[in-house]
Amino acid sequence: MEEYPGYPEEMWDSLRMVEETRDERIGKTYPRMSEEERERILREWHPDYKEGAKRPLRIGPNKGMMLPHEVADILEAHPLITPDMIDLSEIDYDVDVLIIGAGGAGLSAALIASEHIDKEGILLVQKLRLGDSNSKMSQGGIQAALGPDDSPVLHFLDIMGGGHFANNPELVEILVKEAPDVIRWHQSLGVLYDRNPDGSIKLSPGGGTCRRRMLSCKDYTGLEITRVLLDEFLNREIPYLEFTCAVELLTDDSGQVVGSVLYDLDSDEYLIARAKSTILATGGYGRLHIQGFETTNHYGATGDGIVLAYHVGAELRDLDATQYHPTGAAWPEQIVGQLCTEKLRGRGAQPVNRLGELFVNPLEPRDVEAAAIIRECYGRELGVTTPTGMRGVWLDTPLIDIINGEGTIEREFAAMYRTFKRFDIDIRKEPILVFPTLHYQNGGVVINARCETTVPGLYAAGEVSGGVHGKNRLMGNSQLELYVFGRRAGRFAAERAKRVTVGRPTLRHVERYERWLREAGIETDRRAPILLPEYRGKKTLEHHIRLL
Amino acid sequence: MEKEGKMVTIYVMGKKHRVPAGLTIMKAMEYAGYQLRRGVGCRGGFCGACATLYRVKGSYKLQAALACQKVVEDGMYIVQIPFTPAEKKLYDIEKIRPTPNVFVEHFPEITRCLSCNTCTKACPQDLMVMDYVQAALRGDIEKVVELSFDCIACGLCAIRCPAEIVPYQVAQLARRLYSKYILGLSEEVEKRVAEVEEGKFDEELEQLKRLPPEELRKRYESREIRV
Repeated sequence: MEEYPGYPEEMWDSLRMVEETRDERIGKTYPRMSEEERERILREWHPDYKEGAKRPLRIGPNKGMMLPHEVADILEAHPLITPDMIDLSEIDYDVDVLIIGAGGAGLSAALIASEHIDKEGILLVQKLRLGDSNSKMSQGGIQAALGPDDSPVLHFLDIMGGGHFANNPELVEILVKEAPDVIRWHQSLGVLYDRNPDGSIKLSPGGGTCRRRMLSCKDYTGLEITRVLLDEFLNREIPYLEFTCAVELLTDDSGQVVGSVLYDLDSDEYLIARAKSTILATGGYGRLHIQGFETTNHYGATGDGIVLAYHVGAELRDLDATQYHPTGAAWPEQIVGQLCTEKLRGRGAQPVNRLGELFVNPLEPRDVEAAAIIRECYGRELGVTTPTGMRGVWLDTPLIDIINGEGTIEREFAAMYRTFKRFDIDIRKEPILVFPTLHYQNGGVVINARCETTVPGLYAAGEVSGGVHGKNRLMGNSQLELYVFGRRAGRFAAERAKRVTVGRPTLRHVERYERWLREAGIETDRRAPILLPEYRGKKTLEHHIRLL
Repeated sequence: MEKEGKMVTIYVMGKKHRVPAGLTIMKAMEYAGYQLRRGVGCRGGFCGACATLYRVKGSYKLQAALACQKVVEDGMYIVQIPFTPAEKKLYDIEKIRPTPNVFVEHFPEITRCLSCNTCTKACPQDLMVMDYVQAALRGDIEKVVELSFDCIACGLCAIRCPAEIVPYQVAQLARRLYSKYILGLSEEVEKRVAEVEEGKFDEELEQLKRLPPEELRKRYESREIRV
């Protein structure tokens, strides 16, 4: 029998070294970096700081903002539609609240809106299937300060520090204070959070948290929460459209947002949805593959929301900061880039290099942890190279069962165990090879405490919005954000719908955007939102990280 | 892997394509020129959008898989099942209770289960689907929860079931009832919600928000880490 059937032979020597050093590493931990050391490693090794990877945006309210080229590209692009393509005289849907996106934020917004206005006045549109989103893919957990030695105050401090103090403190305060109530809401709907044998909620540590604050549903946290919200959404019979994309917002003479032009992905037809309030819950941009990175993200994560918002003149923030999850799969080839949850490290798995040596504390904030792994592979040349040229370090998963008892991995990491088992790797006995992977859009559309953007009538919640996480999000706060701000958006958008009137929908902002492009001298055949990523033909085989 | 060099032949809804060995079904279809709209989702085995049925040349077996997780084999005939026709049973979670009969009342068709185990064989998550359907028949809600938790609702069990049961809907009801009524709300959650509502943390948070950046940074760096 082969020693390591899931790994090519050239990795076996290194695998043996990891095995041989395992016993002496038990109980040891690499010291955390000081703030100075963190700042230095970020500057030297984090992809956000790489020279030439960004450029200043040339148009709109955020002109001059530094953005990754891939993000600047979709903002410096022609709108997908021109006004002459669309007949605005016939309105297909005339509603109070239009919600774009059906992940955690969109579903939460719909459920709460239905408690404030007649559900027939709500329309939720979703580019792919209901529930299809990054929300569903979240593995590790959701933060809420529940422990007896924890408090929303400590949660606040962790978030501000993790975000390099660039966060909007008003939003952070709301996030930490409403977290316990979100858990209460989930439990009342029937979400199954992991419990300790005594019945109390199980809390684990996460990167950058000073207390055990991570709630989980095995390693299917997002799946469990999303499917319960979806089941409830369907039970309440709230109107929705699947396989229908928002391709452009609508504005009226007063400049407020009054709905959206929709595009039916099955019939290729345009539809007009007029609304008194419109909520963007479209998620992030992982599928733009910033700097060529692989991504953990859903197929639909193409950054549509920031494009739609910018077309109507909404302000953006912190989009210079992209989150690379420290541990994406670097092997096997078929799942390169897929998420290996941070909870693995929270439960004892150590990152080690080719020689089986510790080189970083397993629970640094995500950007720092990622930078340390990149340095180990490309600075110190102590990574493992795969047959296709990917580099990675080992995440020594067998430690989890050694530390917490046999059966822990199968019980708490069913998804991870299953994923690797499909490729003959037993994570209970063998480490996995990991490398940072594009994970999260830290910034987004500017919102206030009511989830209002800077353009009247337009709301945003979830990953599409910015400000909560500053320049770097901590584990478990994106799940939390979805429900805290999704619920708020639903409530405030519904309240607004009760008091406003809307005028005739126009696409005047599209003409203005075209003028901005012309005046900035931007000549391009790019169009956005891009809706679906392009992977056909040879692009299927592409992955090359432009690291150095 | 052997992706450079070795090629295999697959048939997407009957149409023949040569694709590199080692690709997943999903990537092989993209390589062959399909821009996927339906039958694609998270691409990580979590969403169940890419349910796929296939037969391999020379075998009578009809097999089931997720296109994003299954590697192509030479001579594979593939069809995606991106949607399962299944009526969603409506219920008010505030009004129903986890009684022994709750599953039979909402899903009477589970009494038609033939114990043929086809659902279990079809499950790409390797769940014991038939066993949880049988547990639901007995009213053993805890067993349904335990056996079904990793379900991604891809629909393959429902497509293959000769008794026309939709197992994942039964499981969804079981998990919600179990959490809400058998485990119930957590005391520590209720307690913290009450503390927030009483304003217990307001003053300290207000203070932190007003701190000059340097002071806030000091508070952050000096916080005690107890994990």
